[in-house]
Amino acid sequence: MEMSGLINFFYIVSAILFVLGIKMLGSATTARRGNRLSSVGMLIAVVVTLIDKQVFDSWIWIVAGIGAGAVIGFFAAKLVKMTSMPEMVALFNGFGGLASMFVGWAEYQKVVDAKSGIMGNLSIASIDHFTASVIFLAVFIGGITFTGSMYAWGKLSGKISGTAKIFTGQKAFNMIIVLGILITGILYASAPGADNAYGLFLAFVVLSLLLGIFGVMPIGGGDMPVVISLLNSCSGLAACAAGFVIQNNVLIVAGCLVGASGLILSIIMCKAMNRTIPNVLFSGFGATAQKSGGKQEGEMKPMSNEDAYYVLEAASSVVFVPGYGMAVAQAQHAVKELGEILEANGAEVRYAIHPVAGRMPGHMNVLLAEADVPYEQLSEMDDVNPIMSTIDVAIVIGANDVVNPAAEDDPSSPIYGMPIIKVFEAKTVFALKRGQGAGFSGLVNQLFFRENTRMLYGDAKATVTGLVGQFKS
Amino acid sequence: MDIILLLFIFTLAAFLGFELIAKVPSQLHTPLMSGSNAISGITIVGAILATMLNPQGTTAMILGFAALVLATINVVGGYLVTDRMLAMFKKKGGK
Repeated sequence: MEMSGLINFFYIVSAILFVLGIKMLGSATTARRGNRLSSVGMLIAVVVTLIDKQVFDSWIWIVAGIGAGAVIGFFAAKLVKMTSMPEMVALFNGFGGLASMFVGWAEYQKVVDAKSGIMGNLSIASIDHFTASVIFLAVFIGGITFTGSMYAWGKLSGKISGTAKIFTGQKAFNMIIVLGILITGILYASAPGADNAYGLFLAFVVLSLLLGIFGVMPIGGGDMPVVISLLNSCSGLAACAAGFVIQNNVLIVAGCLVGASGLILSIIMCKAMNRTIPNVLFSGFGATAQKSGGKQEGEMKPMSNEDAYYVLEAASSVVFVPGYGMAVAQAQHAVKELGEILEANGAEVRYAIHPVAGRMPGHMNVLLAEADVPYEQLSEMDDVNPIMSTIDVAIVIGANDVVNPAAEDDPSSPIYGMPIIKVFEAKTVFALKRGQGAGFSGLVNQLFFRENTRMLYGDAKATVTGLVGQFKS
Repeated sequence: MDIILLLFIFTLAAFLGFELIAKVPSQLHTPLMSGSNAISGITIVGAILATMLNPQGTTAMILGFAALVLATINVVGGYLVTDRMLAMFKKKGGK
């Protein structure tokens, strides 16, 4: 077998390892091995590429690049707090997108340089329409992914306000950017050798970067799980486009797998909010603070920690419903301690997790796993809802929209129709909340006014720790 | 390589991806995301080629080098943080 055949053989091996790795991520018992298998696939792809092209003039740059990236990646992975995972994933999505954009750009820059004589004797002075088209796609998707992810990162880490930003003519403005990208892209790809091609290229580089920012701007913080999933998908598709640019099958397969993964997660998130992807992207949900939210019967009834203790002491089944507020208060360890005490006290304890609880898919599961909650106790919404009426106490910790009964019975509510965890059917509901204001999405939660709901005001961690203290004394 | 063949690979990979990922339970969605994040760092292969095959100091080579650093962060950081997360998922009583 000639050299390039052998190289491609190893690329197939690494593609198989990626596929197997993702397959094994489907079960908690095999997931860790799956992830390692996938990393071996990556190592093979890198080593084979280095061996293949025996042009080692630039070896120092390769070592420096991989070294710098590895050190940064290592410390980022070791130091990040589990509560900050959404930010980290957003950042990494952005880096992946930018890297793919640069790979596409470098391939074109080579041609530009050759034309202007910088590259001397290299004879590639033109590219075909197909290559130009996929370069356009790599730059376009990669560019949006980069700035979109950076903006999402800013929102998630609180550096930029999380609420949706809307200005007049925003949709028209974004449409103009999209049109601009398409026009420059088509002109570029139809005549990649023309004199004005480099200008067109730089134009859609800038426009794509702008679109990332203005595209994420009107999306509210509550919709971040969808946005991160979509950007995840885009980072894969950008790698895939880069694969078409350099005609490399392992990039195409791996990028495509990631593209599919992100897209499926986005769809799952949207279903869990009873929304569609276009609706999330374009509606500016949550930008207009909802007024009263229709009927509001009764009033919020506060409860002291001590009274809450007596209710819990007598409970034989308890469900915790965590939301982003638990992450903010870093309350997961205290929650787990309370859960264990309740179990020792004879109660059956479950954790009910809504698919969009938190700021990214599965975020609550990771936090509870970090606190050593065994994963058998983590229940999905559909498993808990049927037995909710038999539950003695449902404890809502920093979750809001995902338990709002308005989604069930108030057709005027923006979240009407969204599947929720029906805690209001439980005999008693404890809602842990910092203050009386509306939640992140700006919606008033009808749950807090229900007859069977008691409010436990204060920092979630302090409240839960207080309850633990009551049990111990 | 033939463009049609590349498109063929693309299509099959897309279907395979949908089949595989639809089966991942929601409790593993965060590790799935950070793990697939690492996989999207496969663009590191393109970055290596762009860095190696272009003469030093040219814009193309510098773009490749920047891509190499970014993609390596993605690969190393992505796999390590996923491993760290998955190590925390434990069965009851098991260590």
